[in-house]
Amino acid sequence: MSLFQPILILSFALLTVFAEAAFSVPRHWLGAQVDLLPALMVYAALQADMFTVSLLAVLGGMWLDSLSANPLGVSILPLLAVGFPIALRRGLILRDLPFAQLVLGAAASATVPALTLLMLLNGGRHPLVGWGTLWQWLVMTAGGAVATPALFTLFAWFSRTLGYQPHTEVGFRADREIRHGRILK
Amino acid sequence: MLKQKNYVALGAVVFVAVLLLSLPTRATARLKLAVSSLFLPLFGLASAAQQLPADLADSVLPRRELLKEIDDLRRENQQLKEQQVQTASIARENDQLRTLLGWQRQSPWKLKFANVIMRDPANWWRTVQIDLGSRDGVQTNQPVLTPEGWLVGRVISVGYLSSQVVLVGDQNCRVSAMVANASHDMGVLTPGGQLDTSLVQLGYLASTANLKPGQEVFTSGLGGIFPKGIPVGKVVDVQSVEYGLASEASVKLNANLGALEQVGVLFK
Repeated sequence: MSLFQPILILSFALLTVFAEAAFSVPRHWLGAQVDLLPALMVYAALQADMFTVSLLAVLGGMWLDSLSANPLGVSILPLLAVGFPIALRRGLILRDLPFAQLVLGAAASATVPALTLLMLLNGGRHPLVGWGTLWQWLVMTAGGAVATPALFTLFAWFSRTLGYQPHTEVGFRADREIRHGRILK
Repeated sequence: MLKQKNYVALGAVVFVAVLLLSLPTRATARLKLAVSSLFLPLFGLASAAQQLPADLADSVLPRRELLKEIDDLRRENQQLKEQQVQTASIARENDQLRTLLGWQRQSPWKLKFANVIMRDPANWWRTVQIDLGSRDGVQTNQPVLTPEGWLVGRVISVGYLSSQVVLVGDQNCRVSAMVANASHDMGVLTPGGQLDTSLVQLGYLASTANLKPGQEVFTSGLGGIFPKGIPVGKVVDVQSVEYGLASEASVKLNANLGALEQVGVLFK
């Protein structure tokens, strides 16, 4: 098993969480921070193995919670709840179509914060929830939807640039060509 | 179809999540700090990168402008020194009067300044991380102010190199506040809207509270965390709630919580 893809996905998750905490441009302009982990989970579920999906859920969730006031571990299950079903049914999904990626990204980006909030409220926490949350949820959904096809393109470029290229076997070999000469009688 | 290895992966992740969620609070806090310390080098790099353009701009600043800036700073320094002398004499007078009245002496505030290194990535909390930790003597529940002395929040967790500060307007930072009017009406600061970080609600006010827009709001000193007299903001709007049994006011915070760069941790 090549470790290139898991390492690439996890490194990107780490940088994503860092960027969400360090740069608050979307928060200033739109009133909400866009979370890219669900979009990344969609990519991992469609392109990587179950080991990577599980690792992304655990490490991505822990990294996000460690920088947030969330209880540690609360983001793991929502990420898994999105990634696991997609990974199981990925044979049925037209994963190379940008529209399919966009729809899955939107669904994942809408589901993960909703599930996280549900878990927080069930756990007796008091997150800031009100009518403004609906706007934030819409921004997160739209941001995740747009980011998913972009992530696919970015990772395809990374794989082409940094990954091993598959050795292509060409059927034609010049030294084995049978040349038919003129038949002399 | 679920294969056996998929079952194993699913079970392992659920086990880890449940284990983390059921850990005692102290263990979770330590684990959180350990995990978040992974990001410290990245934050260091980011702040260095942000500082670079400013340093470059400083290095190419003309000599004439630098001299003008030095001149301005000298003048400001002189004014501050004069103010300090006046303040010291007022403080001495205050101490003498307190001694005469038999009141307890007020200990002066000491601020230790810190940089805001990150914000909460989740939209439903209002917290920031600062670059002061237990190494610098920071403890939980210490009040945090802006360099101008306006209320920002309080420290909720402390790591060795950094601390987490919960901001006013978060559910976990309720502040007892007092309005600067004749009746000194008191209430509790509670969260305002999700989108506007500059507004909070001053709730639990008496129905007879005589509040008007523009009145200053300060900390009341009740509750034991925030000392009395820290400026919070100004009353913007007052409305009657609970069928006229109580009042609630919208307060515009003095501190711009959305653009915090430097804060001061208050040491008593």
